[in-house]
Amino acid sequence: MNLLVRGSAITASGSASKPPLIAVREVEKVYVTGEQTVRALAGVSFTIEEGEFVAIMGPSGSGKSTMMNLLGALDVPTKGSILLNGQDVSTLSRDAMADLRNRTIGFVFQQFNLLPRTTALRQVMLPLAYARPRPGDCDLVARQRLDQVGLGDRLCHLPQQLSGGQQQRVAIARALVNDPKLLLADEPTGALDSKTSADIMGLFRDLNRRGITIVVVTHEAEVARYARRRIVFGDGAIVEDLRLPSASD
Amino acid sequence: MQLIDCLRAAVTAIATNFLRTVLTTLGIIIGVGSVIVMMAVGAGARSEIERQIANLGTHLLTVNPSAKIFGGRSSGAGSNLPLSEEDLRAIETKVPCVLAISGQLWASATVVYGNANFWTRIWGVHAQYLFARSWSIESGREITEQDIAGARRVALVGLTVAKKLFGDNDPVGEVFRIRNVPFTVIGTLTPKGQTSFGHDHDDAIFVPMTTARFQLIGKHPLVPDQIGSISVKFQDGTNLRDAQEEIEQVMRQTRRVPPGDDDTFVVGNPIESMKTRTAAQTTLGWLLAATAAISLIVGGIGIMNIMLVSVTERTREIGLRMAVGARRFDIMLQFLLEATTLCMLGGLIGIVLGVVAAFVTAVIAEWPILILPQTIVLALFAAAIVGILFGFLPARRAAQLSPIEALRSE
Repeated sequence: MNLLVRGSAITASGSASKPPLIAVREVEKVYVTGEQTVRALAGVSFTIEEGEFVAIMGPSGSGKSTMMNLLGALDVPTKGSILLNGQDVSTLSRDAMADLRNRTIGFVFQQFNLLPRTTALRQVMLPLAYARPRPGDCDLVARQRLDQVGLGDRLCHLPQQLSGGQQQRVAIARALVNDPKLLLADEPTGALDSKTSADIMGLFRDLNRRGITIVVVTHEAEVARYARRRIVFGDGAIVEDLRLPSASD
Repeated sequence: MQLIDCLRAAVTAIATNFLRTVLTTLGIIIGVGSVIVMMAVGAGARSEIERQIANLGTHLLTVNPSAKIFGGRSSGAGSNLPLSEEDLRAIETKVPCVLAISGQLWASATVVYGNANFWTRIWGVHAQYLFARSWSIESGREITEQDIAGARRVALVGLTVAKKLFGDNDPVGEVFRIRNVPFTVIGTLTPKGQTSFGHDHDDAIFVPMTTARFQLIGKHPLVPDQIGSISVKFQDGTNLRDAQEEIEQVMRQTRRVPPGDDDTFVVGNPIESMKTRTAAQTTLGWLLAATAAISLIVGGIGIMNIMLVSVTERTREIGLRMAVGARRFDIMLQFLLEATTLCMLGGLIGIVLGVVAAFVTAVIAEWPILILPQTIVLALFAAAIVGILFGFLPARRAAQLSPIEALRSE
């Protein structure tokens, strides 16, 4: 039985003395398809503290997407361990991983992944439907999150009635609705024009300033510019881990 | 995930492809419709038999003159010589275990009371008639031997006639006219209700046999004391097959039917003939049961198919739900509920069509039908079971998807 403890001791951000939000230790990931064996990650280690804004970069096939799946508790490593909020993901059952994702991680995808024929408000409420215990004021929380991303007046709009940028904002509100510790974004601006991309990244920066840890997987340097740390992958290993000075505007 | 969320997701998914969905449920619609018609027809037949038993008792036999056959051509029911008082007395005295016996002789006529008039059937009966037919009076008195001996112009009226002629007033003691002959009402009968074939038992007037013969029907040229038919009630526990044979023997003697000749009468068992009459309904019931079973299975496979398509189409949605925290059970429940909702939708349409079909059957085939509330419940239940059974495989497939691959699918 895995108990999820939302550590009350690690609420404040920035302090180096408390355990990191993410601790990746000697992680290997090997895919076996037929007779082929692909080593997507070959012994990767790093930690991410609470409150960081990290961009994971690298060419396709570098292992960054695999890393993203592991950080998102969507997959388990072949070797090594990943501690998310102090919990070793590789020891969890599928359902326990689902619960961990529900409480700790908010996902933002390139293609938004909104449900068809569902209003913005219901989209945002979706993670709450799977929360255990289920919060009583789903409606209110969802409204607040939509307000927070600047869509307080689009509650009853369907995806097709919203622009790409607005759809991504709905997806971000959905990712935030359960007060996650980590916002995990996979190419969040990949389907948006540069102006909208800047808006979305600006929103991420604001959210990060309010304390939420953000990890963005991207191949665009323009996007990575908003992050305060850059981890570059190549051939399943980290080739660069760079902390940047406070992001410029 | 709460049921209401699942239900909302199910309805949204169904509404997205409404036409496709409704077409898919065709098997369920036919299956559930068949269940409804089957049960309605079966229950109708059963209730008809039960009512008949309640109305006539289980130990009643009837005797009628049979159809005369000339060179292979039937001259119609009752074309042989009518029955007579002699036949009745012979059965009464020679056949064992007879509890009550009465003749009936009937004609249709207009009856008049004041401004009211009504076309009804007049029955001439003996004193034991009501007892023989398990009937009783509501008020007043029965027809007595004295009434018959004196050919008195007295009458018992059924409830329908009483209402039509006398309204809410008590008819006992009132004088009305049958074919211009005045009759005094001596009693009213308890209601027996309608048969499902549309015959109203209470639409009748009963007068003494002798009175009917002299005043209403007229003398038969060959049989002055004619009787239309005879009802014989036997004691409980009597073997009706034996009793039927006894009556046949006695009647052949009395009517002097030469050995080897056909009977000039028929002895009937109303309950048995009712069972025979409803046997066709029972057969149809089995046929419909088979149709229902096959349709529900075929319908279920249709549901399974469309659910598999739906799971494939919505793989990304499933992946997303998993990413935001849906457990496998949540996904399973969602798709099971969707399949069940789909089946219930088909079930509801099937119920409506089934009820319509049952009524059409009732009208066209003149069959009694009976739609019980539990029939509707059973039909919906059957639809739900099909949804759960055939929705299981697609739901499990959805639940077992890998979140990564589901999210990556196009």
